[in-house]
Amino acid sequence: MRGIRIKEGQQMSYIQNTNQDRKEMLKTIGVSSLDELLEPVSSEFRVKGKLKLPEPMSEAEVVGRFERLAAGNNPASSMKSFLGGGIYDHIIPATVRYVLSRSEFYTSYTPYQAEVSQGTLQSIYEYQSMICGLTSMEVANASLYDGATALAESILMACSIKRKNKALVPAAIPKRMKDVLRTYVAGKNIIIEYIPFTEEGTLDVKELKEKLDSETAAVVLVQPNYFGVIEEAEEISAIVRESGALLISYVDPVSLAVLTPPGEYDSDIVVGEGQSLGLPQSFGGPLLGFIATKREFVRKSPGRLVSETVDIIGNKSYVMTLQTREQHIRRANATSNICTNEGLCALAAAVYLTTVGEDGFREVALQSAAKARTLYNMISGLPGCSIPFGDNFFQEFVLKLPVPADEFLNEARKRGVLAGISLGEDFPGLGDSAVLVAVTEKRSREDLQLYRDIVLRIGGGK
Amino acid sequence: MTGTIFDKGLHGRSGKYIPENDCPVDEALLPIQRKSSLGLPRIAEQGVIRHYMELASKNYHIDKGIYPLGSCTMKYNPVVNEEIARDNSFCGLHPAQDEADVQGALELIFNLQEALCEICGMDSFTLQPAAGAHGELTGIMIARDYFRERGEDRKFVIVPDSAHGTNPASVSTCGFTPVTLKSDERGMINPADLKEIISSETAVLMLTLPNTLGLFERDIGKIVKIAHDAGVLIYMDGANMNALMGIVQPGKIGIDIMHLNLHKTFSTPHGGGGPGSGPVGVREHLSAFLPIPGVVKKMDNFEFSWGSEKSIGKVHSYFGNFNVFVKAYAYICRLGAEGLREVSENAIINANYLMELVGRFYDVKYPGPCMHEFVASAVNLKEHGVSTLDVAKRLLDYGVHAPTVYFPLIVKEALMIEPVETEKKETLDSFAEIMEKISYEAANNPDLLHEAPVSTPVRRLDEAYAARNPDFRWHERK
Amino acid sequence: MEIEECLFTKEHEWVSIDGDVVTIGISEYAAGELGDIVFIELPEVGKKVKQMDPVGTIEAVKTVAELFSPVTGEIIEINEEVMDNPEIVNKDPYKEGWFMKIKMDNSSELDVLFSYEEYNDFLGEE
Repeated sequence: MRGIRIKEGQQMSYIQNTNQDRKEMLKTIGVSSLDELLEPVSSEFRVKGKLKLPEPMSEAEVVGRFERLAAGNNPASSMKSFLGGGIYDHIIPATVRYVLSRSEFYTSYTPYQAEVSQGTLQSIYEYQSMICGLTSMEVANASLYDGATALAESILMACSIKRKNKALVPAAIPKRMKDVLRTYVAGKNIIIEYIPFTEEGTLDVKELKEKLDSETAAVVLVQPNYFGVIEEAEEISAIVRESGALLISYVDPVSLAVLTPPGEYDSDIVVGEGQSLGLPQSFGGPLLGFIATKREFVRKSPGRLVSETVDIIGNKSYVMTLQTREQHIRRANATSNICTNEGLCALAAAVYLTTVGEDGFREVALQSAAKARTLYNMISGLPGCSIPFGDNFFQEFVLKLPVPADEFLNEARKRGVLAGISLGEDFPGLGDSAVLVAVTEKRSREDLQLYRDIVLRIGGGK
Repeated sequence: MTGTIFDKGLHGRSGKYIPENDCPVDEALLPIQRKSSLGLPRIAEQGVIRHYMELASKNYHIDKGIYPLGSCTMKYNPVVNEEIARDNSFCGLHPAQDEADVQGALELIFNLQEALCEICGMDSFTLQPAAGAHGELTGIMIARDYFRERGEDRKFVIVPDSAHGTNPASVSTCGFTPVTLKSDERGMINPADLKEIISSETAVLMLTLPNTLGLFERDIGKIVKIAHDAGVLIYMDGANMNALMGIVQPGKIGIDIMHLNLHKTFSTPHGGGGPGSGPVGVREHLSAFLPIPGVVKKMDNFEFSWGSEKSIGKVHSYFGNFNVFVKAYAYICRLGAEGLREVSENAIINANYLMELVGRFYDVKYPGPCMHEFVASAVNLKEHGVSTLDVAKRLLDYGVHAPTVYFPLIVKEALMIEPVETEKKETLDSFAEIMEKISYEAANNPDLLHEAPVSTPVRRLDEAYAARNPDFRWHERK
Repeated sequence: MEIEECLFTKEHEWVSIDGDVVTIGISEYAAGELGDIVFIELPEVGKKVKQMDPVGTIEAVKTVAELFSPVTGEIIEINEEVMDNPEIVNKDPYKEGWFMKIKMDNSSELDVLFSYEEYNDFLGEE
């Protein structure tokens, strides 16, 4: 028989009750031991002995253990990083970390009891408003998991609106995103067809026109696209509009400070990855999927929505609304199965955008673009290098080297530079020497010059 | 000053956070298309902080008091975990970095996978799903591809009527049709009923263990046998794993697939709705179907494994909510096997104790012993014209958070209460006293309940108004 | 037609008969159980329906109910007013709050419905 084996005094499990407390509680319950409470669990199903896990640790030991794990990492944020592809190394004001470290926010639950969750609810409302402002859309939700699943959800949503089961997606997205789309749509028998890219690195409009048929529910436009290239959004939108399909725009939120917002080229659904709005890179998670749409489609949209309302005495207040779309009410017929989302990440984005403000955010976009352009100018003429898709980019471009990409990236890494993402595996057509180079406002002229020197040394050596 | 951040700051000035540009470029060379305003505020730092502190003051949270939401496991979130996870060596990693530069992260992922396998008696785990429902989706996809690979056309997933709404929603997203299994008078799955509806077209039996009434399925042995005899996989929603650590290893009793919620059982914070993490564990016959990549150990090195042809693919842009893993693994390291068992034992004692106290004034349709939570009902207050919602709102007036209400659907006027192991006896006593007081108020002064809450930042909200005229974004009122 | 003369379904709909045209709404009891109705979705005029086909969705703040056709026939009119102002159904479920009129093919389908008294007994049992 198992009694309670907790040693009196210090413990590791954050439990406040003492042995005496437990004794009294068992007495009140009317049992003599914990074992009686476990009676429904037949002994044949119980763990015999102890789980095979490391021994408990004191707090100091845990900290030491994690210091050793941390020492095994060389974080990009401390290096000269030109890594992007969806996750970017932007400057994060201290306000973001400060607000997120407040337990009023991080230890609260989903705001089901609205009267004691106005802080969370209002911050989501403000976040939704900011996403609407950036995208020029009418409605944004409280968040989805990440950019890839937001794109998948948007395709499910479009297919449900149009009652059709085909979506056209640019081939110029990384394999990891294609894997997410494939996995997500398989259950609904949705067909995804990929539209190739041209020699300029843009969506092949001719192919798009050919593949667009009456069965197509939606076309996805990625802006700027995965190669950093700026697409002719208005032209693509017009083609899609004419076909009757919906236009889903997958956008980089920082680019929206300078590029035409997707609402202005009549996008029906806008999704994207919000990490660059004040979230650390965090090895790719947690991230922030955002989705915005037109008001007419809101009842088909996934996830939580917050609305302004009033309380019974007329005070302005905030509440989750249109919950009949969601799983806890509509169950099998819900617009999505999502429940827990990335609430705290949405708060981070709101604090970030509030802190840098209208002008600061524009400055982030302009500087990122200017620095990318500067690096482009520095390296485009170097021997053996080419920039196949030209200068029609926002903050990221494809660079072809005279040596295999992995060799170049390794050399750069030795000098503390993370020089980009190798593209050969996902896009064999680009050859094995192509890298995707991202430049943010965090890079200095000196960093760019170092990049140039590495390219020169490696290129020149051959 | 109250109001939105836009009311406060649309016409002010922001601080400077971006250094001077040392790479000026003629703006004509830059892709500047946008003419419209972004609609962002301009507000100096003190204004930003005051705004968010004002919002913070309007939130209930665990550090303030008991948060007895059933099936949500609102336990204390150890502060050391937050400190550890804030380390730049964890949150500054880019997911495309070379494996050599992320060995610590990969080791952490590997160790967490291993620890979860041991806790659950499973053979392999993926950490990719970003939340519990995301885990369900992943698990059901694994089942779908498993049957596809075997050439079996199975269409149905059996889900008990006490299940979370995410269960049927995840099932239908995967293309299966959910079939509802009615709970019996004990609030459990009756093997005879299961036999009745299970068939060669059933793919999965999806159950929650302990179930949402806080009950351990007494017939789990028979249930497993019936399912497996019919070639059906058993999925366990592990939202309630806080009852079972060190007591039952689900994989060892025949569960084929399960998910965990690191943001429930493993003490990582809920963040006002996320981020969570919903790892999925499977037994060996399903390991090949897990999403890619996993992390493996080769000699002293850790590397990604890009898995088998059979993998369902991916469910997340990268590897899942890594920063949440850091906190969950720190928790597991601190507690060890002994501590985790203490957690579940104390969760069970706390729940039974509170059930005994609350049960003196409220209906408890399915008497115990319960596991980590129980479901009471305010149905006995109906005669006074008082509903569960009124009780919940009155609790807020007493400065505590309400339980989960109107769930599970099979209990009328349900109050689903999960006290969790970290709450102290005195806190439970005082929560029970409040519940008692409210039951008297319901009989003697029901208007107190109808009008509640009166002491919260706002009064009861007009949800119908919001749903009829939803306002999702702020507009400047001219 | 007075409410006492209407027929009722187990799904808490009322049916009033005028020749071969039936008008459909939901009972006061159903409206009360749903609470504040916030959204109503109705099919298009001209749609052919079979008995027990779903013919609309009624959403309250935290519930969704489906409307089922009590008869086989063709939808000849819908109440646009309740779609714009769903609260009408709560205020006046038996008059202003009607949903649609259906031209029925076979009036014998009405035989299975409850009378007003039978419906009240049925509510007592529930």
